[in-house]
Amino acid sequence: MTNATAMPVPPREGDPEITAEVVADHGLSPEEYERVQRIMGRDPTFTELGVFSAMWSEHCGYKNSKRLLQLLPTKAPWVIQGPGENAGVIDVGDGFALAFKIESHNHPSAVEPYQGAATGVGGILRDIFTMGARPVAVLDSLRFGDLDSGRVRYLFSGVVSGVGDYGNCVGIPNIGGEVQFDRGYEGNPIVNAMCLGLMKHEELITAAATGGGSPLMAVGARTGRDGIHGATFASEELSEDADESSRPQVQVGDPFTEKLLLEASLELIASGAISGIQDMGAAGITSSASEMAGRGGSGVELEMTDVPVREEGMTPYEILLSESQERMLVVAHPGREDEVREILEKWELEAAVIGQVTDDGKFRILENGKVVADIPALPLTDGCPTYEREGKEAEEITALREMDLSEHMIPEGDLTKTFLLVLGSPNVASKQWIYHQYDTTVRTATTVRPGGDSGVVRIRGTNRAVAATTDCNGRFVYLEPRTGALAAVAEAARNLVCVGALPTAITNNLNFGNPLKAHIYYQLRESVLGMRDACSAFETPVTGGNVSLFNETDGKAIYPTPVIGMVGVIDDVSKITRHAFVNAGDDIVLLGTNTGELGGSEYLYVTADLVAGEPPSVDLEGERALQQAVLKMNHEEVLNSAHDCSEGGLVAALAQCALGDGEAPLGIDVAIDEDLRPVVSLFGESQGRILVSVSPENTDQVLALARRYEVPAQKIGTVTAADGGFSMKVRDASLSASMAELADAYFGAIPSIMDAPEGSGS
Amino acid sequence: MKVAVITFPGSNCDYDLYKAAQQVGGDATFMWHRERGLAGYDAVLLPGGFSYGDYLRAGAIARMSPIMADVITFANAGGPVLGICNGFQILCESGLLPGALMHNESMKFQSKDVFLRVERADTLFTADYEAGQILRIPIAHGEGNYEADKETLEALESEGRVVFRYVDSSGEKSEGANPNGSWHDIAGITNESGNVLGMMPHPERAMEELLGSTDGIALFTSLVASLQTS
Repeated sequence: MTNATAMPVPPREGDPEITAEVVADHGLSPEEYERVQRIMGRDPTFTELGVFSAMWSEHCGYKNSKRLLQLLPTKAPWVIQGPGENAGVIDVGDGFALAFKIESHNHPSAVEPYQGAATGVGGILRDIFTMGARPVAVLDSLRFGDLDSGRVRYLFSGVVSGVGDYGNCVGIPNIGGEVQFDRGYEGNPIVNAMCLGLMKHEELITAAATGGGSPLMAVGARTGRDGIHGATFASEELSEDADESSRPQVQVGDPFTEKLLLEASLELIASGAISGIQDMGAAGITSSASEMAGRGGSGVELEMTDVPVREEGMTPYEILLSESQERMLVVAHPGREDEVREILEKWELEAAVIGQVTDDGKFRILENGKVVADIPALPLTDGCPTYEREGKEAEEITALREMDLSEHMIPEGDLTKTFLLVLGSPNVASKQWIYHQYDTTVRTATTVRPGGDSGVVRIRGTNRAVAATTDCNGRFVYLEPRTGALAAVAEAARNLVCVGALPTAITNNLNFGNPLKAHIYYQLRESVLGMRDACSAFETPVTGGNVSLFNETDGKAIYPTPVIGMVGVIDDVSKITRHAFVNAGDDIVLLGTNTGELGGSEYLYVTADLVAGEPPSVDLEGERALQQAVLKMNHEEVLNSAHDCSEGGLVAALAQCALGDGEAPLGIDVAIDEDLRPVVSLFGESQGRILVSVSPENTDQVLALARRYEVPAQKIGTVTAADGGFSMKVRDASLSASMAELADAYFGAIPSIMDAPEGSGS
Repeated sequence: MKVAVITFPGSNCDYDLYKAAQQVGGDATFMWHRERGLAGYDAVLLPGGFSYGDYLRAGAIARMSPIMADVITFANAGGPVLGICNGFQILCESGLLPGALMHNESMKFQSKDVFLRVERADTLFTADYEAGQILRIPIAHGEGNYEADKETLEALESEGRVVFRYVDSSGEKSEGANPNGSWHDIAGITNESGNVLGMMPHPERAMEELLGSTDGIALFTSLVASLQTS
């Protein structure tokens, strides 16, 4: 590495003077500012301060999470690209590689839900196609407050429209995701978007700037004044008046330009005219240029007056920190700039040379040939201070966890009524209202659509498919972060094996409150440790992800929500299983055990407005055995359906299997006799359980396979015709309802809230 | 049989349509909207997507693309033209089909499988179906609510130009079967001569059991067969 020191740069005319207040406004502590001065060997200019502020924000610099993230397992023979690039990449067989990543857009969505969510999708698509992969699927993982608030309904419908409109327009199918409604997310919605892209191994390209003299080109949309300091904004708490004052920090998306940029980028990569490409995402030109230089061990020099802009009079500071969407930074091979321009012109987009790669290790910015910033590139990207803090559990959470739940184990009134209440809770109910607004079938590859355990897209020209799911129950993590994180990884893996996919790798999105607070840092650390343990046990390394901290409004933090985006591989598409029961007369077999844990359950939330108790424990060995057993059963083709038990417990899972997508419901006749209170058997959310339906002639084989893997298994009943209704006996209690009643509760829940005339809520 | 699949800026079902044409033996070629000349092609397919981002109005800008002059000439000479989803919208905007596609009644994008009844099995696009056959085909659109003035609707009905109608799974008109509020439950119509078909549902997404339905295949085989016999 070149031992670069900063050259003297006179202050630019019109730039504000740097005072302690200006430094604080840029989100840098006095100690961090001193570090900047040390790196520079002098005071930074205003432009340089802006650059440091963005690169050392949590969003770009991971200063509060990096040391923890280093604890996660990242390697496996099938991992082609681990953390540090635009996206992780794994081998999925037959010469294909899968690029995938998840990213948050929580802060912008809290302020402007439609654009916030839309640009979240746009950003994650660009992260995938800058790897050389064609995006083939998106998933969205969402959290909101309770739907009885008008503000929450506004956020929810805006986010869903934003996710939908952007992906629909670009033409990438949405194959799944999740949503949770809980007052723990009242002020701060969580909007995480995940994208999967496929390529042949040889098509992989990375985002490193190498080769001194290579031209740097800005391609795609022009740079405007939108989203300036979005990265820094995303690294702060929100206050009540944030939605007005912060709006200029939210970007505006243009999916039409994105579609053109996607096609142009893939054509650029295929042409061989470029050696590197990166999205100008968070912190815009600043982060893309400095990160490319950092990865390549080189420097960059950019002329601000050559950057195509939307409006006159933009300062270097504004150009560097703009987060205008649908822009890329490209390193062209010298002499091939015209080829790049021609490809962009075909797609009706612009390309302009804005600088070059240098060998001096500097991030140097010029305005009309005059240097306005001159920063050593490596300390800028890698010298961000990282912190390890003291973590301590909040006392009120210890108290919540230790609460005695026994009074809630006796149902008040009729069990059937309670069941319908839980089934009709938006957390358990059908999410058709959401995914019917998403194009799920474009690209003719979607093999399992949203509504199942995992989404599946086949790989054309092969017998293979890839599956993906996003999971996290924030209540569990809130009550006990390490256990909750274990459960998130375990549930994701169960969702994959239910469709017949081998869990392969994860991308994670750590959504937390303000890590400077000891109890939040505790949640963050414990979650990462849980994730580490589960990912090691399941051999699903972490190949990248995103950290979103400071999700607080007026000091109130969200539930800690480490969302797991897990991908899996299916090597024979003909063996895919789905969650819905298919034949009356099939046996219903429960794999795993009801262990009688009611803590953190939807039942408690719905019936007692309570998030309390010990969250369900996770037995990693048992989970692993269960995964292997289900995959073996899938391979032997003895399962007619498979479904994970999660929110709402066993009874909700049975109802979901019986109802399917509503077109061909079937009934059930189930009896459970175990040493647990009926409420606990029905609604407890114990981990490690999968419900399968089996042709009666295969039941013995399924039970034998379960024994071989030491997975507890029992036949609990049979699938009946729909007119048989939904009938369960649990010890001395019973529950029965018609399938029409179930369908009303399950499919009607969200539409009846969202499509009702406004003014009926708060 | 040579088939041109036109790609407009923002088309996103062009690849699916190309694959569907190939699956039934069509010799498909992508044509960029700025290319000219359709001589030598036997059929023209306008794909779904969001040409020009649906800005202004779905299909309103794409109809001004250079290739559209050739598509109109091709259609007026009797050449078969199929427009699906955004392709249907472009056909209406260009005047090759009457009426307009308005925002869905729900004002929401709708993506799901719907059921269609084949109203005419004697068109060059539907000969391999039975009249009255019920199809399961995906839709994915925000502006699929077909509207036209009274005379046009009467003409469409009396001339038998409504080719597909939204119905329920038993083939009947019913509440909830029509996903977008389309007048007369119209899902697809032809021009007067029957050589131009526009439809909102996506038959090119219903070509394989693995993906949920094979009910779209017959539309493409009908087209290929009609060209081979003509």
